[in-house]
Amino acid sequence: MSFPWANEYKPSHPLMQWIDEKLPLPRFVYNAVGAGYPVPRNLNYMWNFGVLAGFALVLQIVTGVVLAMHYAANAGVAFDSVEHIMRDVNWGWMLRYAHANGASMFFIVVYTHIFRGFFYSSYKAPREMIWLLGVVIFLLMMATAFMGYVLPWGQMSFWGAKVITGLFSAIPLVGPPLQEWLLGGFAPDNAALNRFFSLHFLLPFVILGVIILHVWALHIPGSSNPTGVEVKQESDTVPFHPYYTAKDGFGLGIFLMVYCALVFFAPNLLGHPDNYIPANPLSTPAHIVPEWYFWPFYAILRAFTSDFLIIPAKLMGVLAMFSAILVWFFLPWLDTSPVRSGHYRPLFRKFFYALVIDVLVLGYCGGAPAEEPYVMISQIASMYYFLHFLVILPIVSSIETPQPLPFSITEAVLGKDEHATLAPATPPSAPAVA
Amino acid sequence: MVRLFGPLVGLFFVAALLLSFGVGAYNAATQPTPPSAEKLFHMHPKDVKFSFDGPFGTFDKAQLQRGFKVYQEVCSNCHSLKQVAFRDLGALGYNEAQVKAIAKNWGTKAQTFDPKTGDRGERPNLPSDHFPPVYYAGQGNPPDLSLIAKSRHGGAQYIHSLLTGYVDQAGYKNEAGEELLKKFPDAKTPDGLYFNPYFANLNLAMPQPLTSEGQVTYSDGTKATVDQMAMDVSAFLTWTAEPKLDKRKQTGWPVLGFLLAATVLAYLAKRNVWADKH
Repeated sequence: MSFPWANEYKPSHPLMQWIDEKLPLPRFVYNAVGAGYPVPRNLNYMWNFGVLAGFALVLQIVTGVVLAMHYAANAGVAFDSVEHIMRDVNWGWMLRYAHANGASMFFIVVYTHIFRGFFYSSYKAPREMIWLLGVVIFLLMMATAFMGYVLPWGQMSFWGAKVITGLFSAIPLVGPPLQEWLLGGFAPDNAALNRFFSLHFLLPFVILGVIILHVWALHIPGSSNPTGVEVKQESDTVPFHPYYTAKDGFGLGIFLMVYCALVFFAPNLLGHPDNYIPANPLSTPAHIVPEWYFWPFYAILRAFTSDFLIIPAKLMGVLAMFSAILVWFFLPWLDTSPVRSGHYRPLFRKFFYALVIDVLVLGYCGGAPAEEPYVMISQIASMYYFLHFLVILPIVSSIETPQPLPFSITEAVLGKDEHATLAPATPPSAPAVA
Repeated sequence: MVRLFGPLVGLFFVAALLLSFGVGAYNAATQPTPPSAEKLFHMHPKDVKFSFDGPFGTFDKAQLQRGFKVYQEVCSNCHSLKQVAFRDLGALGYNEAQVKAIAKNWGTKAQTFDPKTGDRGERPNLPSDHFPPVYYAGQGNPPDLSLIAKSRHGGAQYIHSLLTGYVDQAGYKNEAGEELLKKFPDAKTPDGLYFNPYFANLNLAMPQPLTSEGQVTYSDGTKATVDQMAMDVSAFLTWTAEPKLDKRKQTGWPVLGFLLAATVLAYLAKRNVWADKH
């Protein structure tokens, strides 16, 4: 679907006409990310992050495929093969640092993309399916990143794998056999490393598939925008190309500068020193922490320190950690306010910023050692997290009085819209003087 | 349905968290965990400066050669360097003949195995060989040093601090003026271990390796103080952990310069395209 005023693909070159007749792939691209896709004209820079996320995925696949040519997924040599990449493979150090920091950049971009969705309620009808697929992508990313971190087979790889697969052992009855089945043994070893490598190679392509669905679902209602007012007319939109290709080009430049500054000048800033120690099942690191992008959820996992009713603390933590993401699936039905954009929702906006701070606090606590006061802080922050999505959002959306919305995107941008008058602009006749 | 069960699920988690918080707060109030000796007496690495610090920093080859000499004469008695090959030493400024000589004269020889006879033997190391393993019979488990600078918080600063940080435990006070053995009489270093406040749990199996001035004779005339030897070997071990550091930074600047120019152009292009739409 597209708006009736969308540009039509008209190939002028005979070769392109020939291709378009047999397989309209250029037409498909033109309508997806070319001049054939009308997009609201008022998108701000928060709308750059979808394209950036797609770019980050391609970057990860390209660097990852080359790294896989040099890496050996065997517990005996995996660590040394990574050092071989760092020392002996031509530009191997750059590939590996690009891949490791690429994962961090991918998460920075995707977290921004998700919080853009929270603020502008991008999950609301008619865009629920885009949102649901987005949450699926995020879950797949987490699985992929976790398995990728295991591959260098350092201390954090090994103990991270042990802790994360240990989560499954919290499931009643089937837990311990399930963990053994997942690992192919009683503890992470060669079998686990091999299957993690296989899945780490597979999942990015699954993500790519879901991204295609995500973008397909996006093109049915079209992009949302900062006012949250739907597109009404041609003057509300501009063609994706050249307007947003140009804007995304600039955004990509900023992204690449931050990324390259990390890769070339602080490549280990976001990593953990312990992962440069080869995996040793007999020596437990003092603090086992995952990569930074899992810290908020790790803090929620560790916040449950007491058994509750008949549920052991560990199982509560696991349930809560997964629920913390699964709750996003229900957002379209938890937030029932008809107004989308946080710009016009004064009360919602305050809680949104509280959520941003809350997740940052959770992230800090998740990276800190599991001792007081961090545990108590993460308990309070976890409470707010669940209250925000499951209690506050439904209440706010029913009690809040939103501010008036602009008539149209055109009015929001230009200050006036000639279509905004509903009736001829004649002054009401003066009341008869009695 | 969602709006009926959602708040219930939310309150369920909040109730469990309140219980956890209550129990935790009660325990913290009634039986607070006293700070451990490590927490109060472990020191962060000294703030020493190296030539390779910062985005413009590069290795000082003379220093790396001196550091290699310290490794060769002191550290290599117990610590291996298995990720590094003799040929890599060319990056320190040694020429091919020197690298060959270093490999050939290295104390531990390369192991050989003849598959026809089953005989095991030895041969001198070649530049293509990695540094041979070190067999250590004493107490403790000396780690391989190839990646030590990247596998410890503080890197080169940590190594330097550890090497120069051995002190007498009796009467040792931290910056707050608390005396370790008065506050924690049980924290006395056991026999066979050595006290060092820069080590995570304060006691390590390695005796002070750099003990006296002139322990290593530098061929470039630099005065071999303990501090100087510690600086040099810390720099050398940073090189073994990150041999491509110079190349990485040298590559980074043109890359960033290109990206800056491209981004400015992209911004101008964007402004041009959008000129009539604001």
